[in-house]
Amino acid sequence: MTAPQERKLKIKGPVVITGNRLGDGAVVYRTQGRGWSTSLAEALVTTEAETATALLRDASANDIDAVGAYIAPVIVDGHEIRPGNLRERIRVAGPTFALPGSEAA
Amino acid sequence: MPLIKNARWIEDRYARIPDDAPVPDARALILSAGRLLAGARDILARRGPTGVIWPNDRDIGELVPYLDRLALIALVFPAFKDGRAYSQARALRERYGFRGELRATGDVLRDQFLFLHRAGFDAFEVRKPEDAKAFWDALQRYNVFYQPAADGAASALRRRLFPASTQNLAVTEPA
Amino acid sequence: MYIYDEFDRALLADRVAEFRDQIARRLSGALTEDEFKPLRLMNGVYLQLHAYMLRVAIPYGSLSSDQLRTLAHVARRYDRGYGHFTTRQNIQFNWIKLQDMPEVLATLAQSHLHAMQTSGNCIRNVTSDQWAGVAPDEVEDPRVYAEILRQHSTMHPEFSFLPRKFKIAVTAAAQDRAAIRIHDIGLRLHRNAAGEAGFEVVVGGGLGRTPFIGKTIKSFLHKRDLLSYVEAILRVYNLYGRRDNIYKARIKILVHDLGAEAFAAAVENEWRAIRDGALVLDDAVIADIASRFRYPEYDILPDESEALAAERSSDRAFDLWYANSVAPHRMPGYAIVTLSLKPVGAPPGDATAEQMDAIADLADRYSSREIRVGHEQNLVLPHVRQRDLPALFRALDAIGVATANVGLVSDIIACPGLDYCSLANARSIPIAQELTRRFRNLEAARDIGRLHINISGCINACGHHHVGHIGILGVEKNGEEFYQITLGGRADEQAGLGTLLGPAVPYEQVADVIEDVVSAYVALRARPDELFIDTVRRVGVEPFKERVYAAH
Repeated sequence: MTAPQERKLKIKGPVVITGNRLGDGAVVYRTQGRGWSTSLAEALVTTEAETATALLRDASANDIDAVGAYIAPVIVDGHEIRPGNLRERIRVAGPTFALPGSEAA
Repeated sequence: MPLIKNARWIEDRYARIPDDAPVPDARALILSAGRLLAGARDILARRGPTGVIWPNDRDIGELVPYLDRLALIALVFPAFKDGRAYSQARALRERYGFRGELRATGDVLRDQFLFLHRAGFDAFEVRKPEDAKAFWDALQRYNVFYQPAADGAASALRRRLFPASTQNLAVTEPA
Repeated sequence: MYIYDEFDRALLADRVAEFRDQIARRLSGALTEDEFKPLRLMNGVYLQLHAYMLRVAIPYGSLSSDQLRTLAHVARRYDRGYGHFTTRQNIQFNWIKLQDMPEVLATLAQSHLHAMQTSGNCIRNVTSDQWAGVAPDEVEDPRVYAEILRQHSTMHPEFSFLPRKFKIAVTAAAQDRAAIRIHDIGLRLHRNAAGEAGFEVVVGGGLGRTPFIGKTIKSFLHKRDLLSYVEAILRVYNLYGRRDNIYKARIKILVHDLGAEAFAAAVENEWRAIRDGALVLDDAVIADIASRFRYPEYDILPDESEALAAERSSDRAFDLWYANSVAPHRMPGYAIVTLSLKPVGAPPGDATAEQMDAIADLADRYSSREIRVGHEQNLVLPHVRQRDLPALFRALDAIGVATANVGLVSDIIACPGLDYCSLANARSIPIAQELTRRFRNLEAARDIGRLHINISGCINACGHHHVGHIGILGVEKNGEEFYQITLGGRADEQAGLGTLLGPAVPYEQVADVIEDVVSAYVALRARPDELFIDTVRRVGVEPFKERVYAAH
C-alpha cells in the first residue's frame, strides 16, 4: 500500500496538513498562520480538496521547519479536533501499548 | 556551471556540440555517444581533442576501441542516487586503462565528491557553486579506505600488513 | 569480538565528523531533505511516525559488555529508556532527536559502535549465526569473513548508490541460523570433498512484495576469491538492476528476470576480469583479520550435564529453562545460553536500559564479556560455564529474560509495525503481545514444540512473515486492520515461502485464529514430536483451513 503522501487526493471530510519537525522529529500540524504546532487543536482544518492541495504545496515549499508533509484526516467534534484514523491517533498518542520500562508495562 | 579538475576550479575548454551541428577541426569538443560512434574514424582524426558524453545505461565496452584516441569521457548522474556511472568509471580506469579526462556530469554534489574521486573521476561539473568551494575539504575528510579503487590509495587491509607503504592519492593539493 | 585498530577508529571518527557536518548543513537549509535523506539513511537515521529512529549496527550480532552498557546509556540519556533488537541483528532507538545525533554517534564511536550503512541503497549490516565461534557443528568462525565483508562494503565508492538495499549473511554450520537463503547474497562456509573450506554462494533471496528464496550460483568459492566474486555480483547488480520502480529494484528481481544461469554467467564474465587483481584475499590478510578477534581463554572443564541433573530435578523452573534455553557448546564444560526477550505481554525484542546494564554485568561475570544478538530478536551469552548455569538462571530470571520459550510458539518475531513505522499498514506488536498471553503456559508451549510465528505490519516484510512457520501480514481494508495468515514457511537450510491459509482476518480475531491453527496442528500431527512445520508439509494447508474457517 502507498504511504499517505503518495495517495491521490480524495477528501471525504475534514483534513489537516501534518509532518514532522526537522530538529527533533516531533509530530506537527500546519496552522492558520503558516506555521507549525505540536498541538492538533491549533491545526488549520479544511474540507476542500483544492484548499488542502494548496496548503500542502505551501507547507512543502520549504523543508526547514518540518519535513514529510502530507494531508491527514481529522474528526471535528464541536470545537475539538481529533485524529481521523488509527495512524493519526498513534501519531498523537504514541504506540498503543505501554512502553518498556514504563510503570504500566 | 563550475568545472573542477585536479581539485582546481577551471574554465571548461570543451564545447558541447549538438548532434545536428558541424564538427570543427581544431576545437576541443564533446559529442554525444551516437554521433561519435557514427563517425568515429573521421572525428577522432581531427586536430582538436575529442570527448564523448556517454549515457549511464549503455555498455562502456562499446567505447573500448576508441579509448586511446579519446581525450575525455563524460559520464552521467541523472540523479545523484543513480550510481551506475561509478561502475562505468572504474571499468574505464581499472579494466581498460583509460588515461584521459573522466568527467562527472549531471547531479554532481559535494557529498559524493570523495566517492567520485575514488571511482576514477578527475573532473566534476558541479551543480552548486558553494559545493565547488568545498571540494578540497571533501576529499580531505577521510584518509583510511577499506577497499582498493581507482584512486590507487592503499586499502586498510594492505596497510595493516605493510605499514611502511605510503598512500598514493591521485590528487595533490592545489598550489 | 573484533578489536578495532587505528584504521577502524580513524574511519569511524571521520564518519562521525562528516555526518555532524551534514546535519548542520541540513539544519541550516544548505541541504534540502531530498539531498539529505540518502545521507542520513546511510547513517542509520530514519524518520518514523512520531520521531526519528536510529538503527545502530551490531556487526554480525557480536557485542562486548562495554558496548551493551553504551547502548543502555544512549537509551537512557537520549531516548526513552529502551531499545529494540531487530531481525538483522541491529538495535533501534525510536525517539532520538536529529539535533542530538552528532553527540549520540560520537558516544557510540567511543565504544566502537556505529550506524554506518544500516539503511540506504548500499550494503547493509553483514549478519551471521548468533552462535558463531561456539557452535559445535561449525566449520570455522564465519564472523571473520563477515568482518572482511563489513570492511570491504563500508564506504565502497562504487556501491554506495545501488538500485536498492543490499543484505549479506554468512553461516558456517550445518544448521543455518542466519537465514542466508533470504538474503541478497548468502554465503555458506563448508568443506568440499577435498576437505578445503570455501563458500556456497546463494544470490537473490529476499522478501517483501515479491519474495524469493535465493539461488545457488556457485557451489564452491575459494576463500581467496571471496571479495572479487562478491564485487562482481555487486557490479552486475549496480549496472543492470532496475531503477525505474523501487518494488522491482532488488537483485532478486534481476536474478529472476535473467534466470539464475544467465545471471551467474554475467557474474563470471565480470569476475574473470578482476579475480586475480587487488581483491585477492590471501591467507595473510585472512589471518590478520582473524587475529584481531578476541576469544576467551577457555578452561579445561569436564562436562557437567550429570551434575546439573540434581538441580534440574529439584527445580522445575530451572529444568524447563535448561531444556529450552541452553545449547551445547563446542568446548566441553561450557554452554550457549539464549536470553528470551519475549516475556508474556511484552513487545518482542525490546530491552530496557536497566536490563541491558544487568545483562552486561552478567556477561562480564559469566560469558567472558560477550553477548550476541540473534535475528529472532533474542540475545545470547555465548561462553557460559555449565557449572554457572543455576546461578545465571536465577539472575536472568530476576531481570525477566529467562522465559523458557525460545523457539516456541510465544517466541514471536515481529516488526515494529504501525505503532512506530511510517511504512506500516497495521500494528504487529499488540498481536504478538496477545499471542504471548494466549500461549503463556510453558508446559503447553513445550508440548506444541518448535513453532516460529513471524509478524509483519506491511508488505515490506521486516518481520519475515513469508518464512514463518506461521506468518502474519497486516494489511489495511477500508481503514481497518486485517491480517493474512500463511503456513509452512521456513528460513533455514530448507528455506521456503508460506502458503496462504484463507481470507484475511480482522484484528480482534487474529489470536483466536492462531489458537485454532495450533489446535488443528495438535489434532493432525502424526506423533507428539512431529513438528508443526513437518505436519504442514505432510498434510498441506487444506486441513488447517477447514478447521480454522469452520469455526469462524
